[in-house]
Formats: sequence, structure tokens, C-alpha cells
Amino acid sequence: MSKANPLKPSERMKIPRQEASEQSADERSHNFLEVSFGFDDERSIIEAKRCLECKEPLCMDGCPVGIDIPGFITFILQGDYAGAVNKIREANYLPAICGRVCPQETQCEELCVLGKKLTPVAIGKLERFVADFEMRHDLFKSPAISKKREEKVAIVGSGPAGLTCAAELAKMGYQVTIFEALHAVGGVLRYGIPEFRLPKDILDIETERIKALGVQIYTNFVIGRTATIDELFDEWGFKSIFLATGAGTPTFMGIPGENLSGVYSANEFLTRVNLMGAFRFPDNDTPIRIGKEVAVIGGGNTAMDAVRTARRLGAEKAYLIYRRSREEMPARVEEIHHAEQEGVQLMLLTNPTKVLADANNWVCGVECQRMELAEPDESGRRKPVAVKGSEFVLPIQTLIEAIGQKPNPIIQATTPGLETSKRGTIVTNDVQQTSRAGIFAGGDLARGGATVILAMRDGKNAAAAIHRYLAEQSAAVGSDDVTRTASSGT
Amino acid sequence: MYPITEKHVLAPTITRFVIQAPFIARKRKAGNFVMLRLHGTGERIPLTIADSDSSRGTITIIVQAVGKTTKELCAMNAGDAILDVVGPLGNPTPIENHGVVACVGGGVGTAELYPIARTLKEAGNTVHTIIGARTRELVILEPEMREFSDGVYVTTDDGSYARKGFVTDQLKELLDGPSGIKAVYAIGPLPMMKAVSNLTRPYGVTTLVSLNTIMVDGTGMCGGCRVTVGGQMRFACVDGPEFDGHQVDFDELMMRNRTYTDLEKLSDERHLCRLTGDYREAQA
Repeated sequence: MSKANPLKPSERMKIPRQEASEQSADERSHNFLEVSFGFDDERSIIEAKRCLECKEPLCMDGCPVGIDIPGFITFILQGDYAGAVNKIREANYLPAICGRVCPQETQCEELCVLGKKLTPVAIGKLERFVADFEMRHDLFKSPAISKKREEKVAIVGSGPAGLTCAAELAKMGYQVTIFEALHAVGGVLRYGIPEFRLPKDILDIETERIKALGVQIYTNFVIGRTATIDELFDEWGFKSIFLATGAGTPTFMGIPGENLSGVYSANEFLTRVNLMGAFRFPDNDTPIRIGKEVAVIGGGNTAMDAVRTARRLGAEKAYLIYRRSREEMPARVEEIHHAEQEGVQLMLLTNPTKVLADANNWVCGVECQRMELAEPDESGRRKPVAVKGSEFVLPIQTLIEAIGQKPNPIIQATTPGLETSKRGTIVTNDVQQTSRAGIFAGGDLARGGATVILAMRDGKNAAAAIHRYLAEQSAAVGSDDVTRTASSGT
Repeated sequence: MYPITEKHVLAPTITRFVIQAPFIARKRKAGNFVMLRLHGTGERIPLTIADSDSSRGTITIIVQAVGKTTKELCAMNAGDAILDVVGPLGNPTPIENHGVVACVGGGVGTAELYPIARTLKEAGNTVHTIIGARTRELVILEPEMREFSDGVYVTTDDGSYARKGFVTDQLKELLDGPSGIKAVYAIGPLPMMKAVSNLTRPYGVTTLVSLNTIMVDGTGMCGGCRVTVGGQMRFACVDGPEFDGHQVDFDELMMRNRTYTDLEKLSDERHLCRLTGDYREAQA
């Protein structure tokens, strides 16, 4: 037991888990402001006192990037919030983001010992609190860069994997350049996750901190088009490249009527709103149109983001159509809960079969059928099968498909020797190494669709692997020749 | 920022800009396009690259002022800068030596056709160029096309210049004659490309069209540009922008392109009202 917390374990266990205040569901379903206000310092201290300071903390096993959770909680108990966030930053350079979008309930908090009989420590909310405190009080100090290294490393994509990898390599002293295809930095954090879950100001601040490490960022630069991977090696002089372009290509169901006006991929819908600010049309130039009745197809976090965004854009009825049952939904429990609070109607065990058009070629309904669950399929989930004669029509004017994304194929198509899977992902080994020497990949580009924090873990692991790779290269005699030979092989 | 280095008004609503964009200039091929965003509240719009000069690091675009963004762009001048330009996007036009080709441009589509026609000539083709416009003053690039084309034919809808009628009238005459046309490249408004494709189908002449669609990112991310080609869903930005005209479902695409017509009109009118200081919220 630390001096910082004089309470006995039995006393700690009597403290109830603290709840953050949040905007009421009625209020927030009409604005884009953040749902949760997070903890204040009083609640943070109380919550921190609940931590049992286990000798072998299980929570850390649940953290994909290995944050010293008891360590940062001890700083909170001492009232040293800057110390706490710096402790987190040793393992994770984007604490204000992870404190908001990480699924803590299935990671650190799921393993917290307190959760076995009581409720786990609110680790996520504590992380967010210290990160926000640091921003509010302008306490951030850029970490010292150990040693300047001459080698240039290129990062392709500025999402969570790319930003993390860039930060880790820059801290080691490498010359890091990020190439981003869009006009703004952040990848899915920018175009995918809505303002009400992750305010873009926070993303901007975290991005500035990465730039402060000396990382150079080119926006409007599409690798595979503006320059190829081989040109980055041969003409730009990069010694290693990390590919982190995500899974940005939408998939569609393949049902009739998908090309009608009023049918969106979740990617298009969210990009219009989040990246282009279409919710401020006509002050912003990018338009969006939302019907009074909107349906979103899918059961993941993207579907939740889309349906909650639709409510905020003025949809009076917002349905979420999912072909399996609630138990199989891949979305975070908290997101499903928030969506229902905001008036989203879940239509479970329901499968769309056809989009119906009005006289102007606009969506006016979606034909669906009821499903029931049979034996588990190859994914281990019970397979949904159609109930005969259960067809019905749901009247809607907007349909958004959030049934999954796959990697953008531009880099694979323009980089010889880069092995890809049938799903279009780039094949890597367990240290993110691809089939080509010097090229590493991670995040959704390698995983095909996962979480922000797993992308960040890949970015971190790739940075370590790139560091080892470059050290080996410079140790070898005539390192330039070795690099060239290796990178031109398959 | 991407500075505008030259501006030249080609026709009352059609303007040519030369823009400093060295990375794009280096890689650009005929058929590629860029996405550009003028300012912080702007939309991203696709525009075909009409020409490029890698030694000067510039690209050329030709724009017709039709909506808010294109009107704003056409009001910009040399010395101004565009906030975002990204490219070169899309697949380059497949250039082959077919022997004899017809290049058919409608309206500002002639600007997009120009680099393709020139490249086809360089590849050894005999090039017949047809330029169509509503009226005399909207006919663009005729002298430039004459520099390399083996024949240039102009049609105007109102007959105010050259042949009265549509590009299809001229094309039909060439197809029926001894020209020996083996392939047609058509770029212009969707109804024109549809008419050209319908015309060439019975002749069995390969017809390539360049589709202008709804587009947000231009890199394969949004799927807004999806079109049905040969019964399959394709993305114009990464699978195109050029497709076999005989396989394209033009009717579906024309309907789809009308998705935002009223909102675009609203945006445009509001912009004009602001320019004249007469904007009232009630109109929105």
C-alpha cells in the first residue's frame, strides 16, 4: 500500500465507482457536443482511492500498449496530474484520445480485480481526466529526444497507428515524415469518429504535440499516386516505411436499390459530417441530406456513430438494423446504451433485402426480413437464417450501410512484392514486418477492421521493429547497398 | 497552399488556371484528376488535369463556373492560392494505337479531352476531333486541337458557329463514311456521353467515357462515386474515371447526380446574395 492512499482495502472497496456527468440524452441528441463531461478532480481522487494497488496488477495485462496503470493512479492520489499523464505518455502518446475511445470495459477494466465482485476502477475516465487537466492548464512538456539519428522514416497514413509510430520513432531521434492523403490529419479519428465522441480540438492538440517532436507532415499526399513506395526509398531517401492507411474502402450489401439517392456508405456519411463539416451546411459547402426516418445497417461502432449522427442531424426516427441479436453486436456496450438513450430503435434479427425508390429515385423504404439464429458459423457466432414469409417494409428516406470496410488497394497495387491476403489486408509477421524488407504495416490495413488502441499497439511495435531494423542496417558494412538489395527483393 | 500562377478566360464561364503543384505535375498522366478545396469551409471537388509541366512544377485545370465552388474558383486570380490540391488521382487513360480514333468533347469536357486526344496522336493514331458546345462563345480549344488533330469538327446546338446540331450528328457521319474509326473517346455531359455510346454500339466501336460523379475524397473512401458498369458496382475515383460506355448505366448515374441539386442551388444563391450584400436568412 502506498503512502498516497492511507485507506485499508476494505475501506477502498466501500467507495462506489464514480460516474462522470454527461449531457442528457434529450439535449445531446440535438447537438454535436461531447456526450460525457469526464471527471473533475474531486471525483478523480475518490475514484483513484478505490484502486487496490495490486502487487501483480491484472489491469495492465488488459492494456494493449502496456500503460503502467497503478503507477499513474498513484500520481493522481498525490495530486500530481501532470506526473500521471506523463506516466501514461511513456506507453501511449495519445492519452486524451484513448481516454475517450478505448473499449476499457473489455480491456483494463475487465481484468480489474475489483470488478470480480464489485465494479472495476474507472481507469478510462481517470486517463481522460489527467489528459484533459494537462490540456486545460497547458502543462504539456515535449519529452526530451534522446539522440538525433540521421535515418529518415516515412509513415503512410496519419491515423492512430501512424501517429503513434511517428511519435515513438521521433522520440528515439529518427527523422520522421507522415504522408496523409486527406487535407486533415487523424485518419479515422478525423473522418470516422464523430465530434460528440472525440472533439476535433483534442485531435488537433495531440497532432501539434507530435509535430513538436520534429515530425513533418505532408497532407494532400496519396502514396501510390503522388509518389510510390519505391520512390520514397529511391528518390526521397527513406530507409524504412510504416504503412498505416487503415481500412477505408466501404463495402456494400449488394442488394437492389443501393445506388438510389439517399443511400450512403457509413464512410461517406461520416466523412461528410466529420471531415467536411456538412452539419454546418450551408455555412460549410459540403451538403448532406437526412430524412425524417433513417435506417443504419450494421451492429458495430461505425453503425452506432452513424445512427447517432443521424439523430443529431434531425432524424425523427432512427433505426439500427442488425441481422443477429444484441449479444452478437460488435459495438461497445456503452455506445449501444448511448444510442438507445438517444432514441435509436434497434431492429435486431432483421436483414434488409431491397431498397425501394419513390418517383424521383429517392429512397422511400427498405424491405427487410426477420431472421432467427441457427448453429454457430465459422466466426463462432450463431448464424442468422431468414424466417420465411416475414418480409416487411420499413418506410425511410435515408439508408446508411455500415457493414464493414476493407483496406484501400492503391498501395498494394503500386508496390511490387508486397504480400496481401484475400481480404485485401497486408500480411505482416508478429513484429509488423511485411514481405518486403524495410516495409512494416499495422492498424486496420493489416487487421482489416479493429480498434484505435490495437492500431496504436501496432504503431508502437512497428516503431520498435523499425528501430531494430535500422540498427542492423547501419551495423552492416556498406549499409546502403544492403538496404537497396533487400528492398528490391520480395 | 497551391498558388495560381496564370489565369486565362477561355469563354464567358470557362477559365484556365495554371497552378503550382510540383509533386502532382511530376506524376500526372492524361486522364488523371485532382481534388481541390478552395478554403477552410470549402467542399472537395474533382477536376481533370488538362495539362502539366513537370519542369515548372505546374498543372493546368480548366473550369466552368456552374455552382458555388466553381464560381468562387473562377473569381480567383493569379497570385491567389488554393488551400488544398491532391492528386494525381484516378487511372490514366489507356492509350493504344487503334489506327483511327474519334475524340468527342462536349462543353467543358473538351478541356478534359484535350490531353487525351494529344496523347492518342502521339501514340500514332489518326485523330478526328469533334467539339460540341451550346453556342459559339462556349467553343473552347479549337486552335489547340487543330495543332495535332487530323480533322477538327465543331458543332453548336444553336448553329451560331460551324455545324448546327449535336456531336452525335457529326460522329454518325464519320462512322458511316470511310474514316475507319476503331475507337471513340467521349467526354462531356452525361446525356452526351450516353448518346455517343448508344450511337457507337451498333457499329461495334470501342467507346470510352469519362464519368463525372458525386465524390467526396476521390481516393476510394466514400463510395459516393459508385456507378453500375456491366452490372457491377464500380467506384469512378479508383476504378475509373473512364469506363466502357457500352456498359455504363447512364440513367442510374444521371438520377444519382441529381441528389444534391436543390442544396447546390441553395448554396450557390446564398453565395451570390452575399456577394451583392443582399443575403437574407429567410432565403435559406
